[in-house]
Amino acid sequence: MSNKSVLIVGVGGQGTLLTSRILGDVALSSGLDVKVSEVHGMSQRGGSVVTYVKMGEKIYSPIIEKNEADIILCFEKLEALRWIDYAKKDATIIINNQRIDPMPVIIGKAKYPENIIEKIKANYKKVVDVPALDMAKKSGNIKTVNVVMIGVMAQCTEIDKDVWIKAIEKTVKPQFVEVNIKAFNLGYDFARDCFI
Amino acid sequence: MKKLMLGNEAIARGVYEAGATVATAYPGTPSTEITETIAKYDEIYSEWAPNEKVALEVAIGASIGGARAVTAMKHVGLNVAADPLFTASYTGVNGGLVIFVADDPGMHSSQNEQDTRIIARGAKVPVIEPSDSRECKDYTKEAFRVSEEFDTPVIVRLSTRVSHSQGIVELEDRENYELKPYVKNPAKYVMMPAMARRRHFSVEERMAKLREYSEETLLNRIEWGDKKIGVITSGIAYQYAREAFGDVSYLKLGMVYPLPEKLIKEFASKVETLYIIEELEPFIENQCRKMGLKVTGKDKLPVIGEYSAGLIREKILGVTSDKLNDIQDEVPARPPVLCAGCPHRATFYVLKKLKLTVSGDIGCYTLGALAPLESVDTTICMGASIGVAHGLEKARGKEQSKKTVAVIGDSTFIHSGITGLIDMVYNNCSGTVIILDNSITGMTGHQHNPTTGYNIKGEPAKQVDLVKLCQAVGVERVKVCDPFNLKEFEHVVKEEVAADELSVIIAQRSCALLKHVKFGPILTINQDKCTKCRMCMRLGCPAIVDRGDHVEINPTQCAGCDLCPKVCRFNAIEKAGGRDE
Repeated sequence: MSNKSVLIVGVGGQGTLLTSRILGDVALSSGLDVKVSEVHGMSQRGGSVVTYVKMGEKIYSPIIEKNEADIILCFEKLEALRWIDYAKKDATIIINNQRIDPMPVIIGKAKYPENIIEKIKANYKKVVDVPALDMAKKSGNIKTVNVVMIGVMAQCTEIDKDVWIKAIEKTVKPQFVEVNIKAFNLGYDFARDCFI
Repeated sequence: MKKLMLGNEAIARGVYEAGATVATAYPGTPSTEITETIAKYDEIYSEWAPNEKVALEVAIGASIGGARAVTAMKHVGLNVAADPLFTASYTGVNGGLVIFVADDPGMHSSQNEQDTRIIARGAKVPVIEPSDSRECKDYTKEAFRVSEEFDTPVIVRLSTRVSHSQGIVELEDRENYELKPYVKNPAKYVMMPAMARRRHFSVEERMAKLREYSEETLLNRIEWGDKKIGVITSGIAYQYAREAFGDVSYLKLGMVYPLPEKLIKEFASKVETLYIIEELEPFIENQCRKMGLKVTGKDKLPVIGEYSAGLIREKILGVTSDKLNDIQDEVPARPPVLCAGCPHRATFYVLKKLKLTVSGDIGCYTLGALAPLESVDTTICMGASIGVAHGLEKARGKEQSKKTVAVIGDSTFIHSGITGLIDMVYNNCSGTVIILDNSITGMTGHQHNPTTGYNIKGEPAKQVDLVKLCQAVGVERVKVCDPFNLKEFEHVVKEEVAADELSVIIAQRSCALLKHVKFGPILTINQDKCTKCRMCMRLGCPAIVDRGDHVEINPTQCAGCDLCPKVCRFNAIEKAGGRDE
């Protein structure tokens, strides 16, 4: 397999770190070299956060650069737009259609851009619009948005479903395994026809 | 067994495998997880120290006592620990002593971008620099061997991208390291002038031997490829360079101080064009230029910020990436904010309302500087809020202290605020210090500290009583108040700022992210009652959103902390009922 680069973007506190850890574990169990670069500290306080996951034969830089990402997993619409220039032309862009206003918008100093997903669709072919917040609510825990998104992404890889489930079981706390697997399945089933 | 580990976790694993038994640190991004991970190994004694200076002193003591010992800190922490460092360089070690220092190029979570190699050179302490998680573990073990063989503390220099990137690590067994005997040796460990003069000779002899070692060690390796281009590099910059240049020749330095001059000359003589790729200061580059080598480095690359493969491609190879879209014209920034439910929000709301000059400090509450709270006037370093407020008064007179407060977190106060407060007491300052006591070290991710009542393993520990501590150093006016009692808190601040004597206000309320903190139902704005006066917007809460024609509360963001109803004069903010989870 050629190297795969996955960019995970969102707002600090949305669970991007857990997502990257699950993804890292999946790559490791698939026998690939993998590097995951995370953001800690100040940005985790509601700022724009990005996590890089790179897997393949041999990975050097842990960073993904502009026009390099094969997949962008976006936990929030505005963050999708902010990082879209990191996508390859034929990248898969998976967007949770949730809106979280940043402080400049909240206080009226800036406008939240309109029609973000439409704009991205006009420029990139493989865009999946996911109502992840609703699905997380359906799973029973609103905090599982991240795992719903992993479920969607799992459909666009060749990696076996069991490998994903095992990684989730290994990564989340025991008392949250059940709800997270439910969330994963919701995302996985939602995306069944998205990548054909 | 193979495991995916953060650089910091791999460091901790290396410490474990090397048989170390003492670890002590003060938290600081991006170094914190080193000590947090070490704390999970029961074979190693671990602790949070009040600050980096104490931590290094404890590690020095453990080393003199014959143990392999470590301390970890961020780059600015090394400034605090510089005093013991420079003299531990003279005393040398008994058991191996390794100091992990994590630089933060790009300042993801720091107040400056200093380069640890320069301090290390000043202290004449060798520096080892890994470039990924695997090297983090392997180089840590080598660092102990270097420390003991050459009788020196060793700095392992990290950077944000090495510390916070995960890579694959092969786990090995723990070495059975036997405690070395402790032998009284004043000529080595009592650094008064007569002894220190002799020890300085030992330091210089050691540096000469380390220069020889640097030529031979496997930490420094040549990877031959196309010899048209040669790249000398180290740390994370090596990974970027590999990606940018591809199959050219590399001299990858794992020991960056002292540098292997012969190896560098040999490498340089065999390549056509020589590049030096290093983040921050031209440390390797200046040495190469001093040796008379013709190199390209900082003449094309910046000394500011992080590097990337793309940056190297652009600046050195002149390759830029195409722009694939034009839809990013108006993307508003998303700066970090105080969390919904944060106790500091109330504090800064009041301080702004009273139009006070606020001398700030390091922690989550530094975010009180951003809009719309825009309350903080200065932030310099850990503990500086108090000294700066004192200086403001001494420069501008007593009147200034009646419109100034210093704000400092509980952990930061213990770290280095207490000495500033003693200065205020001793030198007759009439200022006001607000200790933001949120019962935890917040920004670095919830570490215990001497005021929380728990140790690094979460076991009950002696708790420093902040009220008694302030009283004991001579502060007569000490008030404790919950900032969420907005009216009372405002009254207390007004009173203490106006007072002619020095006062301390302890603003006590737990961090909203702590597990034991439970809020009520989330809130909603009753649009019939709302007059759109936008008083609630002044709180800068990420859950309260201005939609132009109306203001609303985002239910997925609201913590239910109940602060906003207190600023609404029309009782328009109501409980929305059931929580979503």
